[in-house]
Amino acid sequence: MSAADLLTAAPSREPTRHSTVTRVVIYGLLLFFALVYLVPLVVMVMTSLKPLDEVTGGNMFALPQKLTFDPWVQAWGEARIGVSDTAGIAGYFWNSIKMVVPAVLISTLLGALNGYVLTKWRFPGHKLVFGMMLFACFIPFQSVIIPMAVILGYLGEFGNTLTDLTGFSFGFGNATENLVIVHVVYGLGFTTLFFRNYYEAFPTELVKAAMIDGASFFQIFRRILLPNSAPIFIVTVIYQFTNIWNDFLFGSTFAAGDQSPMTVALNNLVNTSTGIVEYNVNMAAAIIAAAPTLLVYIVGGRYFVRGLMAGAVKG
Amino acid sequence: MTTVAAPIATTARPRASLRERMQNFVPKLVLAPSFLLVLAFVYGFNLWTFFLSFTNSKGFASTTLVGLANYQKLWNWTFETDPPSSWYTALVNMGLFGGLYVIFCLFLGLTLAILLDQKIRGEGILRPIYLYPLALSFIVTGTAWKLFLDPGIGLEKAVHDWGWTSFKFDWVVNPRMMIYCVAIAGIWQTSGFVMAMFLAGLRGVDSEIIKAAQIDGASAYATYRRIIIPIMRPVFLSAIIILTHMAIKSYDLVLSVTGKNPGGAAELPSTFMYSYTFTRNQMAVGSTSAVIMLATIAAIMVPYLYSELREKGR
Repeated sequence: MSAADLLTAAPSREPTRHSTVTRVVIYGLLLFFALVYLVPLVVMVMTSLKPLDEVTGGNMFALPQKLTFDPWVQAWGEARIGVSDTAGIAGYFWNSIKMVVPAVLISTLLGALNGYVLTKWRFPGHKLVFGMMLFACFIPFQSVIIPMAVILGYLGEFGNTLTDLTGFSFGFGNATENLVIVHVVYGLGFTTLFFRNYYEAFPTELVKAAMIDGASFFQIFRRILLPNSAPIFIVTVIYQFTNIWNDFLFGSTFAAGDQSPMTVALNNLVNTSTGIVEYNVNMAAAIIAAAPTLLVYIVGGRYFVRGLMAGAVKG
Repeated sequence: MTTVAAPIATTARPRASLRERMQNFVPKLVLAPSFLLVLAFVYGFNLWTFFLSFTNSKGFASTTLVGLANYQKLWNWTFETDPPSSWYTALVNMGLFGGLYVIFCLFLGLTLAILLDQKIRGEGILRPIYLYPLALSFIVTGTAWKLFLDPGIGLEKAVHDWGWTSFKFDWVVNPRMMIYCVAIAGIWQTSGFVMAMFLAGLRGVDSEIIKAAQIDGASAYATYRRIIIPIMRPVFLSAIIILTHMAIKSYDLVLSVTGKNPGGAAELPSTFMYSYTFTRNQMAVGSTSAVIMLATIAAIMVPYLYSELREKGR
């Protein structure tokens, strides 16, 4: 049983029978903490639905007196972000989508193949290879951003040369594509970890039998492993989606201005030093930035937690 | 008959071994691109950064070596307390933030896990509530907490409205206290994760052992204190290692809670590295701090991963 299954399993043992007072205390504490975890989100939502004077003049815990969706409209299409001319966060939202979708798909597919090789086609030194890929998950990215910036700079120049020669850059130097590369590379460790641990438990006899029958490497993967991999695909996709969508360090380093992803735009919007602070618009933007990952969490919570637990390596 | 069969066998064997060789080659070919990418972009880049830490790189990468000068500089800054150097502030804040973050996440996580493990009605509703902050980005979390703690419109204002007018809570705009707000937001975000780890650990404890303790008349407290928590020592170790490594990597949260870290009041090694490299044009110093971060994390993670992999191999 994996850690995540243990989590959702009911307590197997007979608990000590608590007195009524103890039970009241237990429930009281649990509800109190639930409130603590929920309050920031509730305040965010309520603030985003109030006119600005009600935010600055009123109590943040009070329900909106004059319910308004204007802040949402402004955040999405009108708010000025940093020094950019683009209005609203809509464009940045799409930047993030354009970055996240290919990065998640590529890193997950590569992770699946890597996991397959590392469990069913072992070679001398497979453990070292896996260990090296695994450690890559945990490095502080500060230790790679300078070389990465240099390399991406070269790629950009190469793109310019191509544009001069052919009139088309083939995507070299495009910030979104740069971020896809970066997220694929630094996501490989986790995706490989997930699939390796999953395929480790997959019966090797089935694979051996198919080999004897003459099935090729890819046939075995496609016909035997893939049909049985739906859960781990969901776990990996959710994990990668959440991580890449929520990234800030890479986004703020390798993309600028209109090409920034959502998190960077949100930070620029909230921490702008000019004009009055429109808290309600900021909160609406923050909720929009959080919406995709929250939605994924609500729909696929079980898988989300499984990914988290697997990411702590204990599996 | 045998004379007929023999040539077939001899011609079939090399063909099979060629196929076999191909079969053995394909997996390595499939794994190679990923491994080479990691080798170059992780290990190569780490070495590159390590090299830069011995150069005099300013705004651009340079190859002029200056020996240990950058390390010497950071070492001196470590003890420069009056006025505090950015590096000194970063280290002090790292200790404060890291310590509070790890201790409170462990404490809250364990408390919630134990409470949830008491055959609670509605566990299926409560558990996701404790866990949802993990789905948010640190920028969103920081934005929410910055508003929540803002003395002008947030908690302080609300408490004043309720009648306690002398209540004061301005940490988020007070440079000396900002780092505690970063810790609060971080604990809020991550403690649910630790709860999940502990809850899975609690449910993995052999129920026979607990039954035996209960038959012997051990109280619930004693059962947890003396039996269950000691059994969960590996979970504690995992949680501490994961949390410590997350604390060292914390970056976005500082910027969003404090509003871009005004005056470097909430400096951490991660923000120090970034500002020295990209805004102060002292790339070599930035690289040196990155190397120190990497070395610290490697010292924690490598033994952990090694033991985890060895356990799995059994």
